[in-house]
Amino acid sequence: MIVWEVFRQEKKGKPFEHAGSIEAPDAAFAEAWAREQYGRRGESEALWIVARDAVHEVHDFPDEFDLKYRRVDGYSLKARLKEARGRVEAGADASRAR
Amino acid sequence: MTEAEFIEHLHGGGQVEAGDWMPDEYRARLVKFVQMHGSSELMGVLPEREWILRAPTLQRKLALTAKVQDEVGHAQLIFRVVEDLGKPREQCLSELVAGEAKFHNVFHYPTQTWGDVGVIAWLVDAAAIISQKALLKCSYAPYARIMKKICWEESFHILHGRDVVLTLVNGTEAQRELVQEAIDRWWGPLMQFHGTKIAANDDPMIQWRIKSQANEDARQQFLEGYVPQIRELGLTVPDPALRRRDDGVWEYTEPDWDELKAVVTGHGPRSAERLALRRRFLEQERWVREAVLAA
Repeated sequence: MIVWEVFRQEKKGKPFEHAGSIEAPDAAFAEAWAREQYGRRGESEALWIVARDAVHEVHDFPDEFDLKYRRVDGYSLKARLKEARGRVEAGADASRAR
Repeated sequence: MTEAEFIEHLHGGGQVEAGDWMPDEYRARLVKFVQMHGSSELMGVLPEREWILRAPTLQRKLALTAKVQDEVGHAQLIFRVVEDLGKPREQCLSELVAGEAKFHNVFHYPTQTWGDVGVIAWLVDAAAIISQKALLKCSYAPYARIMKKICWEESFHILHGRDVVLTLVNGTEAQRELVQEAIDRWWGPLMQFHGTKIAANDDPMIQWRIKSQANEDARQQFLEGYVPQIRELGLTVPDPALRRRDDGVWEYTEPDWDELKAVVTGHGPRSAERLALRRRFLEQERWVREAVLAA
């Protein structure tokens, strides 16, 4: 028996989402089960039926070199923004005093 | 990951996938709980199956057949989840027919009249959907995902049951009595359905985030939702102590927990008969499984 992962699309243009898995000896049986489980009331626009072994799964995304310059959390603007605003205000005060 | 880190992950709302590491206790509790759910779906079709040939109209016969197909489909999906956790479906089935696997109390009782069929589809499914909706938040993600489809189909079952009950209460005096007698018979098992009043803090199933709702909260939600719906049809709930307090909490006669315990351990009025039927069919249909595997 083969385990098949079933992904279903609810509406045209929506992403395919994992719905569950089924067990079947071949693709034809897998399609029959998947149609019964996820399509018999017209609740799906389309199904992807993929043998679990055919799914190439990747888990770990190590960041050995701490490449945070390409992430949003790599940029802390708060302190320097405050400094810049303070500079502008100080400049305005100085010109008013003249 | 250590067990402490795992628990911290769960308590922070984290979920677990099939291939992830998990403590043995978590896996064991999950297998036991999910297997019980699968067995219940499979045994739950038997009380209704008895009425397919006796359904009053063709439309009712078709709807009941569709419902039975849905429940068997749920059992297939649920046993698949158990299988990924390490226990093969064949083992789940053999434990079930050997009387070693538990299933919900309500499926151990007889379906005496068509009134019972309506009350089961309406109120038993209503009680079940309260628990199943809470399972949408289960920490084990593959189980939570299939619950989406299951809840969606259960909503159709409740509507079907309500339709049956409404037709009967709008019918003759004898038909109204049929519904009232069914409610009288099913109220006890319904009140036992969500289990004893174990506090959330003492319930390991909640601590492992397998369940997200305390038993008593589920029962209160059932009473709050369905007692008014029963009463508005001119039907009565057979519990003189039933009362909604000013703070919204329902008081009721203590359910018979001894009965619950006896029934779920296989001593219900129909336990032996239904298991015998399941055992016979498992044997009788063996050739189908073998033919499929040989294909």
